[in-house]
Amino acid sequence: MRKLFAITGILVVAGLVLAACGGAAPAPSGGGETVTVVETVVVTVEVPAAPAAPAVVAPAGYGVTLETVKARGNLICGVNSQVPGFGYVDANGNFSGFDVDYCHALAAAIFGDPGKVEFRPVTAAERFTALQSGEIDILSRNTTWSLVRDTELGGNFVHTTFYDGQGMMVPADSGITTLEDLDGGTICVQTGTTTELNLADVMAARGVSYTPAVFEDADSTFAAYSEGRCDGVTTDKSGLVSRRTVLADPSAHVIIDETMSKEPLGPMVRHGDDQWFDIAQWTVFALFSSEEFGITSANVDSVMASATAPEVKRLLGVEGDLGLKLGLENNWAYNIIKLVGNYEEVYNRNLGPDTPTYIPRGYNSLYTDGGLLYAPPFR
Amino acid sequence: MQIKEGQSTTIPFWRDERILKILGQVIFAVAVLWFFSSIFQNMKVGLAKQGISLSFNFLKGVSGFDIAETFFPYDRSSTYWQAYQIGLLNTLLVSITGIIFATILGVILGVARLSTNFIINRLAAFYLEFIRNLSLLVFLIFWYLGVFLKLPRVKEAIIWPGDIFLSNRGVGIPWGLPTASYPTFRLFLIFGFILALIVFFSLRVYSQRTGRAPLTTIWTLLTFILVALIGWIILPEKPLMLDVPRVEGLRLTGGKILTPEFMALTSGLVLYTSAFIGEVVRAGIQSVSKGQVEASRALGLNVFQTLRLVVFPQALRVIVPPLTSQYLNLIKNSSLAIAVAYPDVFYVANTIQNQTGRAVEMIGSVMVTYLIFSLITSVLMNWYNQRIKLVER
Repeated sequence: MRKLFAITGILVVAGLVLAACGGAAPAPSGGGETVTVVETVVVTVEVPAAPAAPAVVAPAGYGVTLETVKARGNLICGVNSQVPGFGYVDANGNFSGFDVDYCHALAAAIFGDPGKVEFRPVTAAERFTALQSGEIDILSRNTTWSLVRDTELGGNFVHTTFYDGQGMMVPADSGITTLEDLDGGTICVQTGTTTELNLADVMAARGVSYTPAVFEDADSTFAAYSEGRCDGVTTDKSGLVSRRTVLADPSAHVIIDETMSKEPLGPMVRHGDDQWFDIAQWTVFALFSSEEFGITSANVDSVMASATAPEVKRLLGVEGDLGLKLGLENNWAYNIIKLVGNYEEVYNRNLGPDTPTYIPRGYNSLYTDGGLLYAPPFR
Repeated sequence: MQIKEGQSTTIPFWRDERILKILGQVIFAVAVLWFFSSIFQNMKVGLAKQGISLSFNFLKGVSGFDIAETFFPYDRSSTYWQAYQIGLLNTLLVSITGIIFATILGVILGVARLSTNFIINRLAAFYLEFIRNLSLLVFLIFWYLGVFLKLPRVKEAIIWPGDIFLSNRGVGIPWGLPTASYPTFRLFLIFGFILALIVFFSLRVYSQRTGRAPLTTIWTLLTFILVALIGWIILPEKPLMLDVPRVEGLRLTGGKILTPEFMALTSGLVLYTSAFIGEVVRAGIQSVSKGQVEASRALGLNVFQTLRLVVFPQALRVIVPPLTSQYLNLIKNSSLAIAVAYPDVFYVANTIQNQTGRAVEMIGSVMVTYLIFSLITSVLMNWYNQRIKLVER
């Protein structure tokens, strides 16, 4: 009998452990071939089987994420916690930054309340697994859009929200001005990034020999760099600008005048739910368009009252039912603008001239100003 | 309750304890199998929904990233599988180096802990208590950020006598560079090794036949060194050229460069594990009864002989099983390498996982890898334990 107790005990413990581990692996969203799982799948021994709800002719998985988010009452957003200006936790434990504000905008679009977001800090190495497994609803963590990530990693990039390029930062007194000057040197880089791959590509192409020192997260990468472990540190230029602000003496470091790659950064969603993809994408476009139309959080009410341009009316939900087509309220874009702001406001709040992480807008200007931001028509 | 003969056949099977026992086992096994298969199925369905299928074919793909410390030529155009192998070899290197040094230091500590010299005894006790109560991760990060990266820059490297360079790019030590006559010298080494084995076994036989205890280890080593020395002297060109580390541009080259990551990881693991081994050794020595020591002293053995011939052989029986656990701990703890950026198998697997999105496959591979390492260690240590355990007649 005692033996039986022991065995049962082991089974229970093993079950708990496996359930905990398994929780991260299986995808909680979407329906199978014959069943549709509506709620987040909690891994239990039984295979969950909820009755299917075939509302529209749509592929399996369509609309599941929005359902889940609404039922849960908040959006779970995977963000960075270590890059000031993009995703950073301040001394009070609040998240702030450009990527963080995108999550606020999405929450405003869904709930009309930008605060209904739960932020999950994820490292570069964890982020795709977290998204695949359904631990987060959306990944908004200065992630570079690339083909492999769009296909094999089981996700879809929503749209580029920030056009970036990879750069190299070196100590100002080192006299290094080109990548060739780094020959024989050591370069600090973060694991699991496109940066790591670009570095190998660019150095191989230029025939520069170097030793990588590869770290697990941004904090340890820059800690080692500031201890002098490396001759240079590389990441996206925006990341370098932002991390430089938290080094002991920011003026002692320079970003050399070389751009090693294209780095289009943007949010990413899971494969399999096109409605969720659309919502995430048009939230980006709403941010772009509101800047284009000159609508800000300050003037959105007066614009709405006096709007004559049809597209502005459609965007704000005064005319038409664009919001309903996305599965949202018709005033979704109004909520984004009113509660979070337009693209310019979000940009200036986090990366503008008044912030320590100032990055000139460059490519991240509207197409009308010579930049790359261009939203499809709201109709 | 006694059952009369002839009646036992009438017991229904659901009350027959023998059948119930077997039935219990079967039900348990089925439940376990079902549990695992449903978890696996759940995962597969979840992955399939996102268009991901389980496969190891991706390992043949071009990795595209560089690794700092490699045993064989590796660059960005090598495959993921080669990257994984580099991780494996680095884990092995750290584990073996760690086990050797931790054992040596541990034995010294264990003996020092029992020393009658007050200062040695107290120092050892302080060390053991201090180290054993630290967190290994904190300890490793201390060694990395607090010690090895705090060394001066390459250009201001500290040079210790014997051309040992200390800098934050690594510790450079002089190292032999093979010359043209090295292949011949290698033959000498092999010959010396065989001769040493012969000496070892003949001394063993001699000792068993006569009951004397010759210094087998020392004579064996001496044989090997002697042959190597003869080879060194008679060869016209020296087989190894001394290569001294030097500063060249941004880097430290020449000799052998031990990176700060490797140094931090091995010194952390060695110092940490040696504290535990020290306690294991002390327990082993104390398990040998006082009478044994007194008797051997009465027979005229000196302190060293007493330790070598009487105490250690008996203490080993107590030491080896917990020592095995410490070795296993060291191997598994080496996966903390990721905290100090040393490319061990876990670190490389993590990078591969991230670049390919193959989380399930890579985590599975790492688990299997550590399992194999641990099982091999256990088998070797159990075999050794069998050899030294008390022969009961």
